[in-house]
Amino acid sequence: MDVYELVRGPLAWASLLLFLAGSLYRIGYMLVDAKRDKVVYPYMSWKHGLRSILHWVVPFGSRNMRMRPVMTVVSFVFHICLVVLPLFALAHVILWYESWTVQWCALPETAADVMTLLVVLCCVFFAVRRITQPEVRNVTSVSDYLLLAVVAAPFVTGFLAAHQWGAYRPMLIAHILTGEIMLVAIPFTRLSHMLFFPFTRAYMGSEFGNVRNARDW
Amino acid sequence: MARYPARETVVDAGMDKTILNLTPETIQKTIQHVIQNETAARLKTYVKTCVHCGLCSNACHFYNSHDGDPKYAPVSKVKDTIWEMLRKDGNVSPEFIRDAARIAFTECNVCRRCSMYCPFGIDLAYMMLTVRRICHLLGVVPQYLQDTVNSHAVTLNQMWVKPDEWIDTLQWQEEEQIDEIAGARIPLDKEGADIMYSVIGPEPKFLPQLIGQMDMIMTVAGMDWTMPSLDGWDNSNMAMYSGDFEVMARVERAHYDKALELRVKRIVMGECGHAFRGAAYDGPKWLGWKKPPVPLIHAVEFYHDLITSGRLKIAKKWEEPTTVQDPCNIVRGRGLGQKLRDIMKAVCADFRDVNPRFEHNYCCAAGGGVINCGPPWKNDRVNGNRVKAEQLKATGAKVVVTPCHNCHSGIEDIISTYKLGMHTKFFSEILVECIEVPEHLKA
Repeated sequence: MDVYELVRGPLAWASLLLFLAGSLYRIGYMLVDAKRDKVVYPYMSWKHGLRSILHWVVPFGSRNMRMRPVMTVVSFVFHICLVVLPLFALAHVILWYESWTVQWCALPETAADVMTLLVVLCCVFFAVRRITQPEVRNVTSVSDYLLLAVVAAPFVTGFLAAHQWGAYRPMLIAHILTGEIMLVAIPFTRLSHMLFFPFTRAYMGSEFGNVRNARDW
Repeated sequence: MARYPARETVVDAGMDKTILNLTPETIQKTIQHVIQNETAARLKTYVKTCVHCGLCSNACHFYNSHDGDPKYAPVSKVKDTIWEMLRKDGNVSPEFIRDAARIAFTECNVCRRCSMYCPFGIDLAYMMLTVRRICHLLGVVPQYLQDTVNSHAVTLNQMWVKPDEWIDTLQWQEEEQIDEIAGARIPLDKEGADIMYSVIGPEPKFLPQLIGQMDMIMTVAGMDWTMPSLDGWDNSNMAMYSGDFEVMARVERAHYDKALELRVKRIVMGECGHAFRGAAYDGPKWLGWKKPPVPLIHAVEFYHDLITSGRLKIAKKWEEPTTVQDPCNIVRGRGLGQKLRDIMKAVCADFRDVNPRFEHNYCCAAGGGVINCGPPWKNDRVNGNRVKAEQLKATGAKVVVTPCHNCHSGIEDIISTYKLGMHTKFFSEILVECIEVPEHLKA
């Protein structure tokens, strides 16, 4: 088995499984441990939790988003492209078909190119922000830059491979590998904010809304 | 970061002297105990989910008033306390504990504004209260704050008020009111009354006229009310803020036991924010109640009922240009911002609202136990809230209504420090000037 077959086969399986199992474990552990936090379940409310989530996933839905328009736009563009690209990039759609005979629509190539560049530019924005804003720099450490690199790497290598800039096979392998690293990193690093956001937001929405009759956005 | 000034030294025996008793073993054991046995999913999830984005920073009056000094950002406060404790598994020095106590007790009002600015809704105030809990268990608490907690533990009230002093004060205020309002008695321990009215410890000591004013209001509105003659009259709870949750629970328990013993239908409490928080949430939580066993109504909601139902009629309006403070614990803490404005508009001829308002209003910087840390910390406190001064000045008002004792004192300090030339008033103080006293009640 050569390196390509390794990353395309067993490592792909491993990373997907680790991502799914790891995520389920992290969420499950949190749900069970939350019982020891006596207030969590009694305070939770579907209506107020969802209401809070809604105000924080719609651009400018919360006051702080309105007070920081540039960050808001960058963050939404970043996250939307980040999620849409792996799912709907043409090459990925083809690979899913080759593996499991499932197929869905794909992004037009130019759109995918633009979105990929946007992700990378947003990562640069976040890095610059960490360097230049004192209140962010104060709580930034090496791990924060590493995480940005882990996220940017699949998009940089993906763009280069798709356009065949540089040696194709190594670039492709690098892309697949960095993508797998990012997947595995999600449940086990701060990238897990992806998993926890709905829960922490719903809890605060419930505590503010259901218990204290107030709004948390 | 070099251009931001370092903290000035503040002498506080409750922190400087007490850390001398600490050993590395006690510190580590205590931190590990609190983390493992008194926290669970919330703390772990908050620390792991925080992506170090710093978006919480502009929520905080300390950060804004210190012109963006990063050490006052909410996330920095957590970094300098909890993150370090977790990273070192509790293996931190006594000096670290003193510094953590300074941050948690005097540089954060646990006002919960930052949770509205954090995209994840991380409860930073909860983490600060956890730090306070650790510091309390290690005996490291600002001296003045600890004194009020000691008072709670011994007398069940915050101000070392003795039982006879309490009743004397009530009778004195009753006499004052009866001169003006016929039948303005303060019924003591009346079983089966509609309302038990409770106040905060400082009231009989420093603001007894507020008790007299409520006597007048209750009499004019024709309410069936009572006050406790003994333990349970003080609804304040400084132990909630020092991390002494056991004493906090005892105080709340006494408060509710009294109401249950008197078989009242509801408790109405005076204009205080933290007392409401302690009685409505923090006390019940520790006592294992999902909600209070007797309904608890804050004064603002009570006044709103009385005015909108017509039990109190407004005879004349308060003329001076007046603005309002949104006390954290009844607005972020109870959503009473709109009702507060309803009663302000009912009574004020020239009400000038403040920006930002409602849940987004700034804390007075006195609450959360901070003003109770006493004179040594006053400068830090007022320097940490220049934004409140700017906010009030911008309204052009001469009077600010503060329906909370801590806000009242804290904003008074801000007014004098920043020379705003304004006055603070409790809502009851302007209400009694404006309500119509029926003929048959005039003495």
